Amino acid sequence: MIKKYSVKINKKVHQVEADENMPLLWVLRDILGMEGTKYGCGVGSCGACTVHLNGDAVRSCQLPISALAGMEITTIEGLSAKGDHPVQKAWVDVDVAQCGYCQSGQIMSAAALLKNTPNPTEEDIENFMTGNICRCGTYTRIKKAIQQAATKS
Amino acid sequence: MKKTDSNYSRRSFLKVSSLSGGGMMLGISWFASAKPVESLGELNIEPVWQEVTSFIKIASDNSIKIFSPNPEFGQNVMTSLPMLIAEELDVDWKQVEVEQGNYDPKAFPRQFTGGSQGIRMAWKQLRTVGSAARQMILTAASQAWNLPVSELTTANGMITHAFSGKSETYGTFAAAAAKLPVPKDIVLKGNQSFRLIGTPQKNVVAPKIAQGKPLFGMDYREAGMLIAMTERPPAFGMRLKSFDATAAKKMPGIVDIFPIQVFNDDHKFAGFDTRSFNEVIAVVGKSTWDVMNARKKIKAVWEVAPERKEMGVNNRETTVPSGLESTTKHYAQMLEMSKKPGVIERKDGDPEKAFAEAKHVIERTYTAPFLAHNIMEPTNTFAHYVGDKVRFVAPIQIPDWIMPSIVARLGIPKENISIELVRMGGGFGRRAYGHYMIEAALISKQANAPVKLIYSREDDVSAGIYRPSYQLTYRAAFDENKKLIAFHAKGGGVPESPLHANRFPAGAIDNYLAESFVIPSNITIGAFRAPRSNFNAAAEQSFLDEISEYMGKDPIAFRLELLQRAKDNPVGKTNDYDASRYMGVLELVREKSGWGKPENAGKKRGVSAYFCHNSYAAQVIDLQVKGDQVTVDQVTTALDCGVVVNPEGAKNMAEGAAIDGIGNALFGQLTITDGRTDQRNFDTYRMIRHNEAPKKIDVHFVKNEIDPTGLGEPPFPPIFAAVANALYKATGKRFYQQPFQPQLKA
Repeated sequence: MIKKYSVKINKKVHQVEADENMPLLWVLRDILGMEGTKYGCGVGSCGACTVHLNGDAVRSCQLPISALAGMEITTIEGLSAKGDHPVQKAWVDVDVAQCGYCQSGQIMSAAALLKNTPNPTEEDIENFMTGNICRCGTYTRIKKAIQQAATKS
Repeated sequence: MKKTDSNYSRRSFLKVSSLSGGGMMLGISWFASAKPVESLGELNIEPVWQEVTSFIKIASDNSIKIFSPNPEFGQNVMTSLPMLIAEELDVDWKQVEVEQGNYDPKAFPRQFTGGSQGIRMAWKQLRTVGSAARQMILTAASQAWNLPVSELTTANGMITHAFSGKSETYGTFAAAAAKLPVPKDIVLKGNQSFRLIGTPQKNVVAPKIAQGKPLFGMDYREAGMLIAMTERPPAFGMRLKSFDATAAKKMPGIVDIFPIQVFNDDHKFAGFDTRSFNEVIAVVGKSTWDVMNARKKIKAVWEVAPERKEMGVNNRETTVPSGLESTTKHYAQMLEMSKKPGVIERKDGDPEKAFAEAKHVIERTYTAPFLAHNIMEPTNTFAHYVGDKVRFVAPIQIPDWIMPSIVARLGIPKENISIELVRMGGGFGRRAYGHYMIEAALISKQANAPVKLIYSREDDVSAGIYRPSYQLTYRAAFDENKKLIAFHAKGGGVPESPLHANRFPAGAIDNYLAESFVIPSNITIGAFRAPRSNFNAAAEQSFLDEISEYMGKDPIAFRLELLQRAKDNPVGKTNDYDASRYMGVLELVREKSGWGKPENAGKKRGVSAYFCHNSYAAQVIDLQVKGDQVTVDQVTTALDCGVVVNPEGAKNMAEGAAIDGIGNALFGQLTITDGRTDQRNFDTYRMIRHNEAPKKIDVHFVKNEIDPTGLGEPPFPPIFAAVANALYKATGKRFYQQPFQPQLKA
């Protein structure tokens, strides 16, 4: 059923009309035109659509719009003003990306990890990031970038 | 041995035009001949050289824009190709801004992503572009200053006259340079003079990627754009009989639902016109979610499709069989075929006699399933059909290959078709098949609106164009001294053979036989990172490991012995590989991994090496097995791809190839039951994940002066066998069937 929702994204409140089951992923991409959050699988198995919900990394393809009242959502567009979040800087510095499609989700997961675990062990990183798939195979560089961001943040 | 050098004509001339801002735009056109080479032949590439216009723009403020011609899918050509131009142009890399060139055969001679050919084919072309522009700017400065060109030097986008101390920017002379005739003789720098080539440079798009900017086809949008998806048969071997979309059309946001036919009935199929289903139901609506929901309400009736014929552009007819196929049956069919004589691809000496007289024969059969590409950005394309024109925004590896088919299907001239090339979220061969562009155009035409066609992940996995399912049976014959006297490879697949009959160990063994067979199928298959090689290497390098053990030889020493023979006294006239370069990577990986060193004695390690796409790769992997869990401690890769343009990008590519290969070797499989894929999304298709990636990857390049050869594909195939050989060390069990991990016991 189509309803009106008020949703807070990157500290700004948006009014949207959408099917109550429409996942946040498609609200972001198709209604709000915020395409940094990527569609990868739609079943919560790849992590490409990762955003922060009240600071925690979640898969936006699994979050219906009707469940977001009062929640604070951060997308990659809101992670930093100028792309200068320590994780983003480390990603550029370590030259992580190949095709780059999964990297929004990887970066959002990494930022959430470092917020709660400022000095993660290798095992912490591997376990936390396991939900984010990269077919190009940039995992070792992702780990290096997270370690670098940890020491600089 | 085939020469792998390309030969460019020096009869080059440039095209120049002034820009309104007083700058210069420079391009180049030339006639060039490229000798057909082995990989080009494989891909059916006909090199066509046409007039080129714009690669470089220089503004009066000395800002420099370089257009990258090739579609980018993560191989980092948007950095490495402009580096070639910037090197000869003699500009500071920091002052260069790179932009993706759109599809324009008149402007760019080769917009092609595939076959690890990007740098190789551009190596002289794009440096020529840069050098010509530099010479013209020099001439313009010489005229303005009334000084001989011989007294002027260039560096970092500046022209300097050392005697007088005069120094000005390129931009100062750009407008004048644009009016000059084009130099006839263009001189390229010697490799020793490179200032940029060979230095590590970061991906020029990295900051945008890190900010999630809308770089991809999936991200494209414009006013009035609708979303489309397609509904297709649930199984290979089926087709649409009828459908009722009454309920689906009533769903919120739905604009229209109609069937489309991808290719005409009389279509002449070119090599990359593969599509899984020719008739699909298009669902067009306002949002992706609306369309996804409406798809579920379509009541479609599917039926088993009869056998059909497809006529190729070369008038070769292909028969696509009827029936609902299954992986278990494919494996049984391949095994049966392996016991019958195949088509002989190569024969040296008298292998039959040698096998008959052998004191011992080792025979092993290797099998692999279909693999789905699993490009992280699912298939998509934007199309807007207006009047008799269509505009695409498309992630496509080789636009030239789909253009004739778009023209044929839409019945409009190619001049009426424009393609904006967007960054691709992976490709690996999948986006060499541009049928989705035709689908998007047909939907836009029927819906009379700009449309973005999107495949769901389920569509992408279950209606793909897969790596074929393959089998290889090897036999090795030994005399009473355990000397290898004959070698036999029989390879086949669904529906193509993986065999490369003229590759190693052909040329190294006196008695050699290679045979192939094929099993026709209605499962659609196509290029997948290092086609055929990705399985050949897995099987061949595992078998060589096993026979070296029987012979009591070190696996690297054994390979080097064979290669030494191929180098000194090759068997046969046509051996595709250069034995010296092959030996080079094995020696380098032996040194860098500390192979055979006492401190590594306890490690469970495997080695493998392979030649493909004109390059050589060898890998050593160290791993541990606990129950059914594999931990990869380290991968050491040695690569010979000639001169490395951008070592940072090249390392990233080789690291990724190792991870991708380990993942596919351990987990990758697409299996079929009654025509339906058993895996449909990442919850069922097992991909390698962070915790399974190697803890460490070292990449080493052979340093030489050879013009660049392939890089994207060569480090992918050998790692499969390195994994199998290391698993043997860890478990005492040989692995013949991919994927390997399900065979480990928890």
